[in-house]
Amino acid sequence: MSIASTITHPPEPEIHPSHDVHEHPFYQKHHFETAEQQREAASFGMWLFLLTEIMFFGGLFFAYLLYRNWYYEAFVSASNSLNMPLGLINTIVLISSSFTMAMGVWSAEIRNKKYLQISLIATIVLGFVFLGIKTVEYHDKFVEHHVPGASFDIKDFVNPPKDSLEKPLTVDMANKTQIYFSLYFAMTGVHALHMIIGIAILFVLLWKARTGLYTTGYVQPIENFGLYWHFVDIVWIFLFPFLYLINRH
Amino acid sequence: MSTIVSLPDQSTATLPKKNYINAEHGLLSWLLTADHKRIALLYMFSITFFFFIGGFFAGMVRLELLTPAGDLMAADTYNKMFTMHGIVMIFLFLVPSVPATLGNFFLPIMIGAKDLAFPKINLLSWYLYMAAGIFVITTLVLGGVDTGWTFTTPLSTHYLNTHVATTATGIFIAGFSSIFTGLNFIVTVHRMRAPGMTWFRLPLFVWSNYAASVLMVLGTPVLAIAIVLVALERTIGIGVFDPTKGGDPLLFQHLFWFYSHPAVYIMILPGFGVISEVVSTFTRKRVFGYTAVAFSSVAIAVFGFFVWAHHMFIMGVSNYSALVFSLLTMLVAVPSAIKIFNWAFTMQKGSITFETPMLYVFGFIGLFTIGGLTGVFLGSLGMDVMLTETYFVVAHFHFVMVGGMLMAFLAGIHFWWPKMTGRMYPEGVSKFAAVVTFIGFILTFFPQFVVGYLGMPRRYAAYPPEYQVLNVLSTAGATVLGVGYMLPLFYLAWSLKYGAIAGSNPWQATGLEWQIQSPPLTENFTETPIVTQEAYDYEWLAKKQERELQHVG
Repeated sequence: MSIASTITHPPEPEIHPSHDVHEHPFYQKHHFETAEQQREAASFGMWLFLLTEIMFFGGLFFAYLLYRNWYYEAFVSASNSLNMPLGLINTIVLISSSFTMAMGVWSAEIRNKKYLQISLIATIVLGFVFLGIKTVEYHDKFVEHHVPGASFDIKDFVNPPKDSLEKPLTVDMANKTQIYFSLYFAMTGVHALHMIIGIAILFVLLWKARTGLYTTGYVQPIENFGLYWHFVDIVWIFLFPFLYLINRH
Repeated sequence: MSTIVSLPDQSTATLPKKNYINAEHGLLSWLLTADHKRIALLYMFSITFFFFIGGFFAGMVRLELLTPAGDLMAADTYNKMFTMHGIVMIFLFLVPSVPATLGNFFLPIMIGAKDLAFPKINLLSWYLYMAAGIFVITTLVLGGVDTGWTFTTPLSTHYLNTHVATTATGIFIAGFSSIFTGLNFIVTVHRMRAPGMTWFRLPLFVWSNYAASVLMVLGTPVLAIAIVLVALERTIGIGVFDPTKGGDPLLFQHLFWFYSHPAVYIMILPGFGVISEVVSTFTRKRVFGYTAVAFSSVAIAVFGFFVWAHHMFIMGVSNYSALVFSLLTMLVAVPSAIKIFNWAFTMQKGSITFETPMLYVFGFIGLFTIGGLTGVFLGSLGMDVMLTETYFVVAHFHFVMVGGMLMAFLAGIHFWWPKMTGRMYPEGVSKFAAVVTFIGFILTFFPQFVVGYLGMPRRYAAYPPEYQVLNVLSTAGATVLGVGYMLPLFYLAWSLKYGAIAGSNPWQATGLEWQIQSPPLTENFTETPIVTQEAYDYEWLAKKQERELQHVG
């Protein structure tokens, strides 16, 4: 024991070969030993951030599952009043934007500035298309008085239009559609907010990509943003069936 | 009373010429700094500021309760007072206190890193904290909020015409601040450790901050979404928690307590870390059962997520779930007790010296143990039904949070003050302050246990006259406590100019932070250290000193 402890306890910390000896890539921050360490830290940090996002949306999904269980009929009726084709188109738009973002990451890795710029622009355009379609859907809900609050109207659910296949709901159950629309607006709204933030960051990335910053081997910001963008898509992949496809077989 | 302080020869000693404080000059160099030590100091100033704001409200509450009639202020003003006290103390003081100041300063140094993994995000989290503080202050100027710090729906969303949305926004932003701090800590501990700094050589302060960070990262977003929904319910009228639309107010409580119960462990865990450091230093022994203490932090973090519904025993959760949550709640007592027993075993046969940090530690252990044991009362289903919403609960969480966390914070501040500033605090007056704080604390909160047990409900401005004696005692105690908290403000400021030069290792402690100069350089280490020994190896240190003495002889 005593021998072991004297061996394992040198009096002073040994001198580590200074990191000034070998060359740094320009993007390596002073407090990292290697560029690899920096990349790992950034990527790990991003995954942790996405974990917090999962918990954030998790609260909403928890509320959704609870109320869907309680007021299933109201949820089915309200869900059928959404514009499913538009939702489907938006799903396709968003998956395409995920693809263009993945192309962006790949372009940065093969250091092709032109491809990178094209991919980022395509992602931005698809993001705007998504938000545009979402705006149309929101507008429809306003027109139909399906926005929770004072002007909310349940007549569509109590007396469904003659040509529809909807079952009429009791007044009590029809009132519960407000919960559905509350969740619809909260969930898609928070998702859209993530899209808006994403698009804003995309503009910054595009602007910096113009200078060739991300095609020099410094791919970390593009990679991390790619993770964010895919995450936002995945949230929608859950939202679409939960909100639009409740009772379709 | 023996002492272990070793100070350099005061006639010749000076502060190191180059250190992180004088590395750059001007206000902007502080406001735009990416140095974790400077950010820690920014946090320390702002947190202290908010602590005294919160303390002011506490004082107003205690003044009102001096007499049984609600005569000092109107009932709704009183509601605003205790609400602001709760919000400021919890979100702007207790949650960030140890991690954002001491953690920010020492966590990177203790693992041999030059900085946290994301220095700019670290600075951003301070700005978010300040923004949250500004929102809370704005609410005050606008006229306050009176929901209580828990924002319970539908009270907060339907019945109160105060500034709930503004406050909610402030707390949402504060949440981001703590998420970023936690995220930064986790990545730093995983990716930035110096060579040889294995997981089981980490100081326990790092372990406990790590566990608290996991809670911050997983819990805070759930609070964020709950508070967003409350704000949306108030502003645009969505109805997730609104019973008139079929919503369930209890859902808010589930979401809220899913964060806010683990939040008490966010508050207390870093405090546990401080205690471990101080206990081992002032007993000259390694922490007994290092692994058990480390894992008990993780266990507290894990259990912490499964106990939230004990806040809802009387609010309509089913009997079975109440029973399960009662049992789970008591399980948390196990890892907490492991810590207390291990500190006690560490002290056994140690050469204990009674420096100020150690006095605060004794205060901590006594008060936290009482707070923890009364927590078992409240976790027991039957007792809780009787005691909940009385002053017993108030006394319980003040014993844990103020008697525990704040004592640990003060212990940590005194313990690391020489490292942060390069100067010693004055020993005599600081010991006096520690004793005053302890006496003031007992006098303030012990009567509240009694008065709560007798049935005095919390959150009322007026109460039946038979409770007055105990309330007068409590208010008197609060005054003493206030003096105890003001004293450090003065003598620590004094020490910045007149304190004795501390030297690099005044406590002769083993941690990496004591191997570098005080105050440290901007990059902490001139060379990346290689760690070859476990934390707290005081036996080795003693042998080394013995050898050096023989060598000199």
